[in-house]
Amino acid sequence: MLDTIILIVFAMIGLALLLNLWRLVVGPSVPDRILALDTMYINTIALIILYGMNMGTSLYFEAALLIALLGFVSTVAVCKYLLRGDIIE
Amino acid sequence: MRLEAKYKWLPTPFRSLLLFSVWLLLNNTVALGHIILGLVLAIVIPLITHPFRTKQPLVVRPFRALSHLMLVLYDILTANIEVAIKILGPTKKLKPGFVKVPLDLNEAMPITILASTVSLTPGTVSAEVYPWPETVEGEDPNCQKYLLIHVLDLDDEQALINTIKSRYEAPLKEIFEC
Amino acid sequence: MDIVISVLLLMGGVLVLVGSIGLVKMPDFFMRLHGPTKATTLGMACLLFAAMAHYSQYGDGLSLKEILISLFLLITAPISGYMLIKSAIHHRIDSTDKTTGKDKIEED
Repeated sequence: MLDTIILIVFAMIGLALLLNLWRLVVGPSVPDRILALDTMYINTIALIILYGMNMGTSLYFEAALLIALLGFVSTVAVCKYLLRGDIIE
Repeated sequence: MRLEAKYKWLPTPFRSLLLFSVWLLLNNTVALGHIILGLVLAIVIPLITHPFRTKQPLVVRPFRALSHLMLVLYDILTANIEVAIKILGPTKKLKPGFVKVPLDLNEAMPITILASTVSLTPGTVSAEVYPWPETVEGEDPNCQKYLLIHVLDLDDEQALINTIKSRYEAPLKEIFEC
Repeated sequence: MDIVISVLLLMGGVLVLVGSIGLVKMPDFFMRLHGPTKATTLGMACLLFAAMAHYSQYGDGLSLKEILISLFLLITAPISGYMLIKSAIHHRIDSTDKTTGKDKIEED
């Protein structure tokens, strides 16, 4: 039963990623696009965790943690660039 | 409000506790070697980085902080269900708006915590702190501060301000005693 | 135990999906921000708790390190939201006409 549920959740998150991609392509302004990217990396973490559960290994946990760290730093860096035109003053 | 910790060798007790537990969680073990290494790291890292930090108020009442954390976690749960219903419902009925909340807090750390709490709970995202933190130097640092928040569905502005002040800001004032 | 994991997984998936639907459906940037900062964060927390229960049952022994990611996301989601809304205000992005209290935004 658990395998079926994991597949269903896979489909849900894939759909969510597609919706984010739509906003990334259409998004009228730059902050919209950053927001879509931000949501996309969070959904990618979910996808990796689910894949690890499906494979029955917890090796992918480290990859997910790294994506979480780098994604946050990149979002803040891009926002800082939009605000100041410079990342490190 | 207390800026200095009780013991010189433990400048930030809660950060040390956080470092220690994060070390054990990352290694996913409670082996004796990792406990000793984690203790050494949890004491040495705050000591080395302490001179670089600006002084922030310390938590004076840890148990009050714990119960406030529980309240916030419960509110996050209910708020998410509320927001999910609003997102799935018709968009035309929503009444978005900006609200300015006057703050009693004055230090950077409690204001950050309040802004994060507001962002995670009922239909509100904190947007800005006025006066601008960049320009506050030179002006009176104790002047009245405002928090600008964006509300997804605004019914009663005054009720919302009262809820935020009594539910989230008053406990923070107690915890940091400022 | 399987039932708890399934319920947590489904709840997480639905919340993540709701966050993305909000991202697509809402009319202006400030309203779009609400979906990803709240629904997606709680959805991820649910998914990670499900993963924790799954590894504790089928892996070797209790596994708690998944808490780290949910804790990290819970701390960073409001901050990236704050940075995003700050840059949106800086670029004077328009909100929908029915937004009240637009005059409260101060120009820098």
